[in-house]
Amino acid sequence: MDKKNDNKYATSFMRKEMLAFLGKISYSLIALAILVVFLSPLAYMVTTSLKTRDMIAQADSPILPMEAAVYEYEGKEVPILKVPDENGNTTSLAIIKKGREESIFIDPENPENGEITWEGRWRVLEPVREFSPQWDNYSYAWNQLNMPRLIRNTLIIAFFGMIGTLVSCTFVAYGFSRFRIPGKEALFLLLIATIMLPAFVTIVPTYILFAKLGWTGTFLPLIVPHFFANAYNVFLLRQFFMSIPKALDEAAMIDGAGPMQRLIYIILPQSVPVLVAVGVFHFIWAWNDFFGPLLYLSTKTELLPIAIGIQRFNAQFSARPHLVQASAFWGMILPLILFFLAQKVFMKGIVFTGVEK
Amino acid sequence: MFSEFKFKNLGLRTKRAKMGKSAKREALWGLAFISPWIIGFFLWTFGPMVASLIFSFTDFNLLHRDEMQWIGLQNFRHFFSDPLVWQAIKVSLIFAAIALPISVIQPIVMAALLNDDRLWARRMFTTLFYMPAVVPFVSAVYVWSGIMNTQTGWFNRGLAAIGIPGPDWLGSQAWIYPSLVMIGLWGVGNMMLMTLATMQGVPTELYDAAKVDGASHFKQFYHVTLPMITPVIFYNLVLTTIGIVQYFLVPFVLKGPNGDPGNATWFYGMYLYKEAFSYSNMGYASTMAWMLFLFVLVFTIILFATQKYWVYYAGMED
Repeated sequence: MDKKNDNKYATSFMRKEMLAFLGKISYSLIALAILVVFLSPLAYMVTTSLKTRDMIAQADSPILPMEAAVYEYEGKEVPILKVPDENGNTTSLAIIKKGREESIFIDPENPENGEITWEGRWRVLEPVREFSPQWDNYSYAWNQLNMPRLIRNTLIIAFFGMIGTLVSCTFVAYGFSRFRIPGKEALFLLLIATIMLPAFVTIVPTYILFAKLGWTGTFLPLIVPHFFANAYNVFLLRQFFMSIPKALDEAAMIDGAGPMQRLIYIILPQSVPVLVAVGVFHFIWAWNDFFGPLLYLSTKTELLPIAIGIQRFNAQFSARPHLVQASAFWGMILPLILFFLAQKVFMKGIVFTGVEK
Repeated sequence: MFSEFKFKNLGLRTKRAKMGKSAKREALWGLAFISPWIIGFFLWTFGPMVASLIFSFTDFNLLHRDEMQWIGLQNFRHFFSDPLVWQAIKVSLIFAAIALPISVIQPIVMAALLNDDRLWARRMFTTLFYMPAVVPFVSAVYVWSGIMNTQTGWFNRGLAAIGIPGPDWLGSQAWIYPSLVMIGLWGVGNMMLMTLATMQGVPTELYDAAKVDGASHFKQFYHVTLPMITPVIFYNLVLTTIGIVQYFLVPFVLKGPNGDPGNATWFYGMYLYKEAFSYSNMGYASTMAWMLFLFVLVFTIILFATQKYWVYYAGMED
């Protein structure tokens, strides 16, 4: 009796386990399917970028970069077709003499076997396709884009802007997190409210100012404003600084450390991950920035950063989708690599800016 | 009692007076540290806003700086009778009607998908679902425009394979809007992560209590998860609205600055950009910018006022 009951429990337990397991499998597979669909444009990009124009233009062309196979026969390239024999097996043969009702083939694997005559219409035969990725598209796009120059310009803009944003946002966040300032709450609210201000509202006078300073056509309008902090990064850094125990800087204060020393010796060493996150955010932002360079660098081809460079390239090569896709690849590869390298701090940083709104 | 009150008062005062010096020092240090932002605020936000307001009453043109004249409310009068403004508003509204609900729902659905304990390798899935958010939008635009190409794109080839003639995604005045929204799907990453983090912060007791009451998966989501993530939804709603009113870079890269096809991508931002930087009409552009600011201001005030009806802040109710 007891044993029987035990068995019953055991089986029902096992069944539950099984069900849970199956539920996990099916759920994860569905998620995987959604992910594949979500990322499929990337697959389109890679496969298309490896094709020739003809491979793309064919109506029923395969997804992968496949090319009709050819065989060199007496100095001429002849197509290889799938030829069925009487047993229903197909062999890949090169057609050397096309006829209406019968054609002459040769086996590209064993040409010494001589000519093979096949009865039937050669036009119904399917061509043999082989995988032939056009890696040259990437080097062609790289050269036409003038990637070294685009990367150099983008890196200059991104690097100095990053320094500016790191230094200024650290100071401002430190001020907001560690000092009693009259009206601090209102000031902080004002800072956060600037997130909601559309950039268009200030862009006209800012542009005029830079034009008057003679800064249009230089990197300065894209770098200098970053030395004055921005709401997102200040918020992120402040959140992080506030999570560092105050007891540490109080102890340092008793030892006679001034505000600057406390920032450098107490706060910063503990904030490396969040500083990395801010740096990476800025880099990816600058790499993506289109509007700033569009306004201030449009007339200076030699100073253009990557985003505009790719747009100009595509205006020129829009009729060649393989090159368009190769350029899109060059545009995204560096931010993607950086993201995967700094993935952990990066995603943590995003979450941090989101907490408590 | 009276004396006690006095004493207290006195105590407070002496305390203040004592702390005065060091408090002042502290405040000065603090101000010094936040000064980059304060200077920046006057330089890049407040100053330009005032300047922009002044320009909006002039016919300032950057190409004829010396001929600038006060024209009073003329720009504003022109604004309200400008058919191109109304076209821009119409375009933005149509786009918002599709983009706004999707931008609100998509991160919730994706975060819910990632928050389920039935999902294996959750971290990997989260990273990969986030990944497109770091793809520069210029690259994304060209990838999506390739996949939506009428002849060679995967969309229409897939539709053709099942016998449906695919639409002209980017060339038709009707299809351009869903296509633009689709290009925007890749930008969901940040909101998805924030939503996910908030979902993970929902106390498990709440779910346990719901389970005891016999609530299904869906009911648990609807009655527990959803109310708890309303602050993120609210945040998303505010930012998305602001994003939509100044949206124009994607159609600009995709279709150029003229609002093609037809006037279908004549977004407000496109008009403002052209007015300011193609025609150098800084006066009228400033008027447009200020009208945009007023709209955003009123809209956010209304949105903030609705908060108390639907946004739940844990630990905030009295």
